[in-house]
Amino acid sequence: MRNWFALSRRAGSFDSGASGTSAQDDNLGRTPPSSIRSGGDAAASPVIKSSGGDAAISPVILSGGSVAAGVEGSRAATAGAASASVPALHRPRKKQVANRKLTLATFILAVVALAAVVVTGVLVTDAATATDFAQKSLPPSLAHLFGTDWMGRDMLLRTLAGLSTSVLVGLLAAGVSSIIALVLGAAAALGGRKVDAAVTWLIDLMMGIPHIVLLILISFALGKGFWGVTIGVAVTHWPSLARVVRAEVLQLKEATFIAAARKLGQSPVRIATRHMLPYVLPQFLVGLILLFPHAILHEAAITFLGFGLPPEQPAIGVILSEAMGYLSAGMWWLAVFPGLALMITVLLFDAAGSSLRKLIDPHSAQE
Amino acid sequence: MKFVLLMFAVSLVTFVLVSVSPIDPVQANVGQAALVNMSEAKRAQLAEYWGANTPLFERYANWLYSAVQGDLGTSLRYNAPVADVIANRALNSLALMVTAWVVSGVLGFALGILAGANRGRLIDRIVKGYCFLLASVPTFWLGLVFLIVFSVWLGWFPFGFSVPIGVAAADVTLADALHHLALPALTLSVVGVANIALHTREKTVDVLESDYVRFARARGLSTWGALRHHGLRNLMMPALTLQFASISEIFGGSVLVEQVFSYPGLGQAAVTAGLGGDVALLAGIAVLSAAFVFGGNLIANMLYGVVDPRIRRGEQAGELHA
Repeated sequence: MRNWFALSRRAGSFDSGASGTSAQDDNLGRTPPSSIRSGGDAAASPVIKSSGGDAAISPVILSGGSVAAGVEGSRAATAGAASASVPALHRPRKKQVANRKLTLATFILAVVALAAVVVTGVLVTDAATATDFAQKSLPPSLAHLFGTDWMGRDMLLRTLAGLSTSVLVGLLAAGVSSIIALVLGAAAALGGRKVDAAVTWLIDLMMGIPHIVLLILISFALGKGFWGVTIGVAVTHWPSLARVVRAEVLQLKEATFIAAARKLGQSPVRIATRHMLPYVLPQFLVGLILLFPHAILHEAAITFLGFGLPPEQPAIGVILSEAMGYLSAGMWWLAVFPGLALMITVLLFDAAGSSLRKLIDPHSAQE
Repeated sequence: MKFVLLMFAVSLVTFVLVSVSPIDPVQANVGQAALVNMSEAKRAQLAEYWGANTPLFERYANWLYSAVQGDLGTSLRYNAPVADVIANRALNSLALMVTAWVVSGVLGFALGILAGANRGRLIDRIVKGYCFLLASVPTFWLGLVFLIVFSVWLGWFPFGFSVPIGVAAADVTLADALHHLALPALTLSVVGVANIALHTREKTVDVLESDYVRFARARGLSTWGALRHHGLRNLMMPALTLQFASISEIFGGSVLVEQVFSYPGLGQAAVTAGLGGDVALLAGIAVLSAAFVFGGNLIANMLYGVVDPRIRRGEQAGELHA
């Protein structure tokens, strides 16, 4: 919207009214306001339409180039104004929800969907393990949307139950992981050179071993099972976030407002809680949410390999590794649907994380 | 020096991790049935033999001492020296990883440039959508889907393993091996493309908006000409860094993919070792994988100088100062 104002302002010939209220803006094309009528030209409207196409997709990225094009277009419009009868200077605007609202809606929707998956998953856990040998190995149908397995268990219920386990393990592990990241990252940035070197070295060490191999090692050390995989995922996912926190705090330390606070005699604790925390917290929260997908995928992978959750527990990894034995028998639905569901869950987390970043990051507040 | 220190730390961490495992070494080595039938004295003797009572650091020192001499111990599951098992399987794994690494790198680079040069157009959106989608796809699931589609339905590729079943090792042709390699390598490459394509796309967009490309275009070069003569070197750098840094991920991915395709490589050996309580083999593979990742990063650092003369000069200047 803002860019449309800019366009019309620069065009000059109709700045008397074109930069009107947003309500007017929305109405353009259908019932044009009288002030624009004088400068409008039906023939010129396609020119503006094409130059405005960019703006509609991503208003903020609108570069100098396309603004210039807009100006050219509107000059052309004024040139032919005399012969005009049907004015439509702005391209017809579809009713558009504000981007920020849309982002917020995406975020809420993603969170609600995830919560719904977890709740239903927990509720159907008992039903998911119920076997019915009269209904075994059925392909997907209306009664069993995801089909049934070789023991007559409904794959939709199993998938839901498995997803909720995965999400819960992911939440727990990512939460713990992010706390480690916050503590170590802040310690590295504030604790002096030796602490910094130690933490940086630790990060290098963690990243030096392939992730899956490290997970196998930790899970092996802890005797597999639920705690093995949860602790394994928790202690291996902090390095990237710790780096972010460290970089943020290091940058903050040099900031003038921190220096001012220090000169004003505020205590380090007060500076940390009142000045640094509000600055780092958004980054941290987003980092935390974006950790979930990794945590969930790694949990599923490690369970799939046989190091994670035990076979009797409903988990996507278990479902997929069991399905492997039935693939050659043509039972494709055992693997395809649970995997798709896992993918969608991960995408939901991604959507939640990136929309939250857009919402709380001041740099992208206009998007 | 850094390498030695890192390897030392990795081996220590690995060794401590595999040692604190609740798996009883005696039981793991002789099996459940034998353990139950064994006399108490025999059990104690075996525990002594496997070093169950020696302090952790003494055991580590012993292991390290022989490891430096090239003796990584004996694999329990494969009943052979760990070094031999690893050497046997490393070839399979290397073939898989190198193929996937090269394919994903080249393909990702090309897709990234293509998307960046056509920013906002349909092809850009397709590439971007594909990359974002792939970032959320579990590698092993993709492998399963490929198995269903290409092996079960279409029957184009074998169902697993690295050589045909029932054929003597000497009769296996290169074509057979490649045929078995294709599907795992494809899975691994497809997953690896996303990261590098997205980064290259960002860089391409930056480069196309730079002054020197604008100047080149003002002199009459086409977009592709400008990219080829002025953009490529600048784009190579970050792509190379990223690709070498992704060795760790490729290794991790190969563990999963090898498991899905029953492909006898290092990853599958690691899983077997972990599930079967084969401490020596697991430790050996973990240390090797760390060396592998370190090697990748080292090569990336050396390549900087080759690709970018500024860094070469910077390094020399740095050395002079230091």
